Amino acid sequence: MSSDPRPGRVQRVAQLAALIGVAALLGLLIWKVAFGRTTGAADELAEGKLVHAPAFTLDRLDRDGQLGVGDLKGKAVVVNFWASWCVPCRDEAPVLQKTYERYRDQGLVVLGVDVNDFRQDARRFMKRYGLTYPVVYDGKGSTVGKWGVRGFPETFFVDRTGKLVGERIEGAVDIERNRDAFQRGVALALGNTS
Amino acid sequence: MAARVVLVAAVVLASFAATVSAVAAPSPSDLEAEFVCPTCKTTLDQSDSPIARRMKQVIRNSLAEGKTEAQIRDQLVAQFGPAVVAEPPKKGFDLLAWLVPLGILAAGAVGVGAIAWGWRRRRADEPPPAPLDPALERRLDAELERFDG
Repeated sequence: MSSDPRPGRVQRVAQLAALIGVAALLGLLIWKVAFGRTTGAADELAEGKLVHAPAFTLDRLDRDGQLGVGDLKGKAVVVNFWASWCVPCRDEAPVLQKTYERYRDQGLVVLGVDVNDFRQDARRFMKRYGLTYPVVYDGKGSTVGKWGVRGFPETFFVDRTGKLVGERIEGAVDIERNRDAFQRGVALALGNTS
Repeated sequence: MAARVVLVAAVVLASFAATVSAVAAPSPSDLEAEFVCPTCKTTLDQSDSPIARRMKQVIRNSLAEGKTEAQIRDQLVAQFGPAVVAEPPKKGFDLLAWLVPLGILAAGAVGVGAIAWGWRRRRADEPPPAPLDPALERRLDAELERFDG
């Protein structure tokens, strides 16, 4: 009278496949939440951790060849992320150039990282603002995640041992709220903390 | 008559040539939908960020110079990397982005078909319902007649 309530073989296979699919998606979600969180160096620095400057090697815009922050061991480095289309970057460019000229003899290098930009626009910008410090090109934005860059411009300070010091500066370095942090960052990178 | 044939052939050829040239030269808005703004990650036609505006300008200038779609793509990829193209390339590892959804769709269709086939076969295998008890059938008919009035 009543039909067989047991599911057929095909139905059982389909149920198992659906179960496996749901379990796989759930596992992926758990893995992403537990291990997939990518914190940039900036976040770790803000948490007070000891952070080494994330490595990169990129093509130079100021001359032929490549350069990375790892090539500047023994130097104090001001790493400035910028782009030619970024308006505050124009305002801070003269300050960065002046800082480079003033502290170069003490072993300070300003390293510009031009991000998400056209090479020719960046070179035009460098010429217009008379930048003589080294600038590398990161059109793809491959450094952004590792460093935790959230916008442009942003500036970091690296001491002579390759560690990040001071605080990350978001926005132009010449504006009032950033001026002290910039001077402190330069001093820490140079080791002039007395 | 011959002149009319020549005229018709000329019109057909001209419309074919116009179609071909329209295919060869995409409009700026066509291309703006094919590339992604590297800072905001949306297609250029959806973005008004400074770099998106600059990229749109470069696309318009390149089209005016007579560059093809492939040349413009190569130019933008050389600056911003392969992620600047909205659609993943149909080769190498990126081909999976096209094949996996199609495979899932095909597997889903096969699965639904198999389940439907299984149900149908199971229903066909079911024995016909047993005949009602004659006394019960007579009682049911009487009830139904009374119900119909």
